[in-house]
Amino acid sequence: MTGAAATKPAYSRHSRALLAPSVVALFLWMIVPLAMTLWFSAERYNLLSPGKNSFAGWGNYRDLLAHRALWVAMGNTLLLVGLVLVITLFFGTLFSLLLDQDFPGRNLCRLLVIAPFFVMPTVSALIWKNMLMNPVFGLFAWITRSVGLGAIEYFSHMPLLSIVLIVGWEWTPFAVLILLPALQSLNPEQVEAARLDGAGPVALFRHIQLPHLLRPMAVVAMIEMIFLLSLFAEIYVTTGGGPGLASTNLAYLIFRDALLGWDVGRASAGGVIAIVLANIVVLFLMRVAGRNLEDVR
Amino acid sequence: MAIESTVLAWNRTWRVLALAATVAIAAWILYPRGGRPELTVATVNNAEMILMQRLSRDFEKQNGVKLNWVVLGENTLRQRLTIDISTGSNTFDVITIGSYEAPLWGERGWLVPLDDLGKDYGYDDIFPVVRQGLSYQGRMYAAPFYAESACTYYRKDLFRKAGLEMPVQPNYEEIRHFAQRLNDPAHNVYGICLRGEPGWGQNTALISMLIHRFGGRWVDMDWKPQLTSPPWVEAVSLYVDLVRNDGPPGAIADGYNENRALFANGNCAMWVDATSGAGALLDPSQSRVAGTTGFARAPMAKEGRGGTWMWCWGLAIPSSSTRASLAKRFVKWATSREYIATAGERFGWMRIPPGSRQSTYENPAYLAAAPFAPLVHEAILSADYTQPSVLPVPYVGLQYVGIPEFQAIGTEVGQEISAALAGHVTVEQALALAQSEVERALKGRSRK
Amino acid sequence: MTNSRRKRWGLTIAGGAVAMAMFFPILWMFITSFKTEITAVATPPAVFFRPTLENYAAVLERADYLAFARNSIVVSLGATLLALALAIPAAYSMAFFPSRRTRDILLWMLSTKMLPAVGVLVPVYLLWRDLGLLDTVFGLILIDSISVLPIVVWMLFSFFREVPAVILEASRMDGASQTEELVNVLLPLCTPGIAATALLSVILCWNEAFWSLNLTTVKAATLTAFTASFSSPEGLFWAKLSAASTLSIAPILIFGWLSQRQIVRGLSFGAVK
Repeated sequence: MTGAAATKPAYSRHSRALLAPSVVALFLWMIVPLAMTLWFSAERYNLLSPGKNSFAGWGNYRDLLAHRALWVAMGNTLLLVGLVLVITLFFGTLFSLLLDQDFPGRNLCRLLVIAPFFVMPTVSALIWKNMLMNPVFGLFAWITRSVGLGAIEYFSHMPLLSIVLIVGWEWTPFAVLILLPALQSLNPEQVEAARLDGAGPVALFRHIQLPHLLRPMAVVAMIEMIFLLSLFAEIYVTTGGGPGLASTNLAYLIFRDALLGWDVGRASAGGVIAIVLANIVVLFLMRVAGRNLEDVR
Repeated sequence: MAIESTVLAWNRTWRVLALAATVAIAAWILYPRGGRPELTVATVNNAEMILMQRLSRDFEKQNGVKLNWVVLGENTLRQRLTIDISTGSNTFDVITIGSYEAPLWGERGWLVPLDDLGKDYGYDDIFPVVRQGLSYQGRMYAAPFYAESACTYYRKDLFRKAGLEMPVQPNYEEIRHFAQRLNDPAHNVYGICLRGEPGWGQNTALISMLIHRFGGRWVDMDWKPQLTSPPWVEAVSLYVDLVRNDGPPGAIADGYNENRALFANGNCAMWVDATSGAGALLDPSQSRVAGTTGFARAPMAKEGRGGTWMWCWGLAIPSSSTRASLAKRFVKWATSREYIATAGERFGWMRIPPGSRQSTYENPAYLAAAPFAPLVHEAILSADYTQPSVLPVPYVGLQYVGIPEFQAIGTEVGQEISAALAGHVTVEQALALAQSEVERALKGRSRK
Repeated sequence: MTNSRRKRWGLTIAGGAVAMAMFFPILWMFITSFKTEITAVATPPAVFFRPTLENYAAVLERADYLAFARNSIVVSLGATLLALALAIPAAYSMAFFPSRRTRDILLWMLSTKMLPAVGVLVPVYLLWRDLGLLDTVFGLILIDSISVLPIVVWMLFSFFREVPAVILEASRMDGASQTEELVNVLLPLCTPGIAATALLSVILCWNEAFWSLNLTTVKAATLTAFTASFSSPEGLFWAKLSAASTLSIAPILIFGWLSQRQIVRGLSFGAVK
């Protein structure tokens, strides 16, 4: 029985007063950047023409929404987030299942699997781009050439997928970090009982482990989404959004269109559009995985 | 039970946190601070600037100053500096900017004019085109640190083996022919390496030089974009053909650095790019082809005029700095003839900041150490900053257009062209898309 | 039993393969930091070479590593502590005194985090400048704690929800007040969860590069700015970048590995029995 629905607190009004300051601080903390963004999004404000600000109303939004690139970027954003989520959840679960078993060297393996999460994204991307994926002097090219497969031009032929690969690598350890302990916290008696009933590993997974993992998976998905929707560094460092718009996501588009041109108004409008998109995605996911927040009543 | 053990864990966690906090605070308090006047200097992380950082310890001692350095990659630095200076924040005393920003920021009054550094500064020694690139309406807003033009790097050994000879002034037809002959993917050697990475300072810079060479221009005198004009199509088609047929795989991700690494590693027979790579390519510790690298002028098209390259890094002082006179002393020191001489003697003549002063190219020690020096000298002298194209243009800038919108425009155009390079679209389609992007960005700009 | 022994060794091999696949790029970066620049881009990639410390020497000579490291430590810990201080009461309120609004608040907090930093760069920069927070450690702590707050609240909320009501009821029966209930009963119970959340927050703040680069210059710059200063100059730089990066992830990697058991224990959902 979880804490939420079970008790009807006796002094809830008092408690709310006690806790109000921190919730209010939280509000203020969040609302200030948001308010500033909304304010600037209605202005025509270019950093290189200071003092010439004017009210733009919906002008910035109209400019952005009429631009074909915005829709391509939104699509890329969703694709990027979706694919990385799938990869990290899939491999995160797989690796967790593996690391849940007891075998010699398990602790060391766990350490190494988690390591990528500690590296700065810019550096990760540079290592992948130049040391590993470069078709001339990268390691992957050397390996594939040695077995006669020639070199794959990752960033020309599959720019978005290359980025998905890099980001998936960065975030799978995070999924493992959350899913593995969840697996390990499974009630051992339940598992034992199932085994005695003759359940094989697949049935065990489907009926016991997977349901238990659904809630941590939702947490992983939610947190990853927060970061992935505004992914920027990896794209900036590897493909520069290209070729064409193939690897441009919303954050990179805002950077290019608005920041490189120093159009603060347009950057802010782009930010607001990003939040709206993010909210839609989150609401959609909530509906799909509705169970998770439903018991907050 | 569970509660006791968790309470114990609780105490332990508190103790660890408290210890960590104490360590952090102690380090913070005990960190030494001095009492000398301080200058905050922002610079790019290129090799020449790193040497300046090292030599500046002399300056600190001579002047009783402490220098605080902010060293960043070019793009990050530019972003940082632009925000800073356009909002009038008093953060930096000396900044490193290029010939793109200097006139724009000078125009807006964000920089301190540097025409009063003294008679011994040698203003006449600075190349006129370099000085022009850093000035606005005749006043110099940044002191030149080093400048570059463009050239053709090539492998003398590969040319010899194939029985070919690189003329001092090649044209693009010859380059095409050479690239075809020398392209040898089986041995990981490619005919020609050219920038492919999208970016206003990456592939667009090269394209800009190319279209100007072929007699094109970015906009006409009414600021109407010309990206679908025949010179553009011809230049970009040549570029795409060259790279797709005789260039390395994955050229789309190769900017200046990657190409320099490829050439230094022996993977390119030719490389057309900025002259600033010359010193490193002749240095055996940085290049496997140090003994066989040759230099020729940047290729010509049939026009024979226009389409050169000039980029200059300079030191400037924001108007909002409260230490302008001290900053001026530093700027004068770092960009003087004496500095170049000291750098040459201390670190070797290949590592001095090149391309800014006539005296550098009259210095026998430098000429002896740098075989490419006459070529670079010539290239810089032939660059006409205000006449990028044979056609009249309303803008300045050779491999860029000196307007504030250009960073965004250049990057957008670069992205579209890289799509053609990747084979996703044809050259005409890419240029049509790029044209509409530039039209959108320049809406409202007309002949003033 | 040989069968299960064989199975265990099979698992070791599988585990080792997975671990190597994940760790390999970092290992490669680490190896590259001991190569000369020209060896780093050699084809074929050099697996055997004469190692050198010149990159580390160059990196350490050029920048004051300890100053950057100190700032990273202070900012990461400070932002985490600040975020925890705000998030614990808020998560407590949301977990145990939920209203219809709770879900909306949670959603809304998450959505503000999804605002791309590039979109809000100039407004925040201007605000920080006017408040005198540019290039201060406190300014960085503030923006990092804002960035990390939604996640901290979310995770703490999830952990608090796992606590059985009976325990809190019991303490209330014993006459504990609100604060006492929170501090003396709930927090000790959830220590592993709080520790795990704290660690996650520390890692996220440690790797935070965008604000560190844009809001600091000299005094408050962290290790991410240190690493960035070796990135993308003109010329070969990957060996030096690898060295700088190894130096900047070393502290957090060691810290993370040492406290690994805490994390794993702490992140166990439903482990409070």
